[in-house]
Amino acid sequence: MSIEIRGLCKQFGPKAVLQNFTLTVRGPLVLMGPSGCGKTTLLRILMGLETPDAGSVAGAGRIAAVFQENRLCPQLTAADNITLPGGSRAAAVRELRALGFAEAELALPAARLSGGQMRRAALLRALLCPGAQTLLLDEPFTGMDAGLTAQAAAAIVRLAAGRDTVLVTHDAEAAACLGWPVVRMQPVSSG
Amino acid sequence: MAREPKSKPWQTALVLLFWLAVWQALAMGLGHGGLFLATPWQTLRALAVQLPTAAFWRRIAFSSLRILAGFGLAVVCGLALGAAGARWAWVRRLIAPPLALIRAMPVASFVILALLWVSSANLSVVVSFTHVLPVIYAGVAGGIADTDRQLLEMAAVYRLPLAKRLRYIWLPGVFPSFCESCIAAMGMCWKSGVSAEVIGLPDHSVGDALYRAKITLTTPDVFAWTLVIVLLSAALSAAAAAALRRAKRALCGEVTA
Repeated sequence: MSIEIRGLCKQFGPKAVLQNFTLTVRGPLVLMGPSGCGKTTLLRILMGLETPDAGSVAGAGRIAAVFQENRLCPQLTAADNITLPGGSRAAAVRELRALGFAEAELALPAARLSGGQMRRAALLRALLCPGAQTLLLDEPFTGMDAGLTAQAAAAIVRLAAGRDTVLVTHDAEAAACLGWPVVRMQPVSSG
Repeated sequence: MAREPKSKPWQTALVLLFWLAVWQALAMGLGHGGLFLATPWQTLRALAVQLPTAAFWRRIAFSSLRILAGFGLAVVCGLALGAAGARWAWVRRLIAPPLALIRAMPVASFVILALLWVSSANLSVVVSFTHVLPVIYAGVAGGIADTDRQLLEMAAVYRLPLAKRLRYIWLPGVFPSFCESCIAAMGMCWKSGVSAEVIGLPDHSVGDALYRAKITLTTPDVFAWTLVIVLLSAALSAAAAAALRRAKRALCGEVTA
């Protein structure tokens, strides 16, 4: 399986964010680039949340995603959020424990978790989503310290195996932890 | 603005005692044995006379059933119209004029018109329905508008089934505004329902009792019935709030840890 992105163009008002962007995603990759270069817009187009002005995307299949925001249901526990798209609760609890969740934190509603805990829950929701062929992970390490980032990166490498994955990050060290090929995006030149 | 700290029970009791004293002083000042203003004691005595009688409870049952039937119907219709209005703009446009008209119309005008269409016995059903409907509709429509768009996007990307979207995203989004509108509407439906009964005078109703007390100049009875209406409205509002809180916990899968 691979995702074929061909000649994508996207403009917001007078500002062109993507111009004739082409990429083939086969397996995992890290997407890096300066702020405003269109990384998040590209992910939103792949998710079907934005319509490109021109170009095409094929082969994305069923998607699981980490958004820029955590987007957890605040009244549910981390495990409930992770299993919202389906999947095993036992696996969710096991992975949450592996990423540092204590027993008491497993019983808390998402609204009462710290930013880093919510981020880990949002990440596991994507990684454990049953049937997802494509993973789109937008800054999944936000709010995590170096130790947790390394643990999360290891979980991503293990659980994303065999799936087309686009991981957006500003964190070069985290990208290095993954050991995945890196694609660098450049902002569209205004001239 | 800073949130006002919650009053302590003794502070509430003190405020209550102060106003009871003002009431007593005013009633004594006006004199005439409570003809113009019954004292708190006269009011309680009038209530104590009524309480053990079957007629009193019959009136309570008669009015409560009809007013609550109107309220229940308005909740069902308000939910349906609010959801339809959020989905289709033409529904919003279509129902905006009648709802605006109902909001603007005085209760008395509406009651007199309604008396041409329904029997006086069922008047309070129609009046409480029509006065509660716009409030519930606005609450549901507001709740739908307040529902977290980012969670809805997440649900679309993860292809969550409709039942899960309703239970975990739409319901928690709509509930706060819906609850507020239900609690406010519960008070309103009593006011409008009893006002309708005072004009329509259906037999065995609270409104009829209030009117009779007024024309026979038994002011303590007027105060006693008013107290009953206020207490019923407050008790039912509190019961509605508690029931809605429980329903939210059960329906939205809320964790209480």
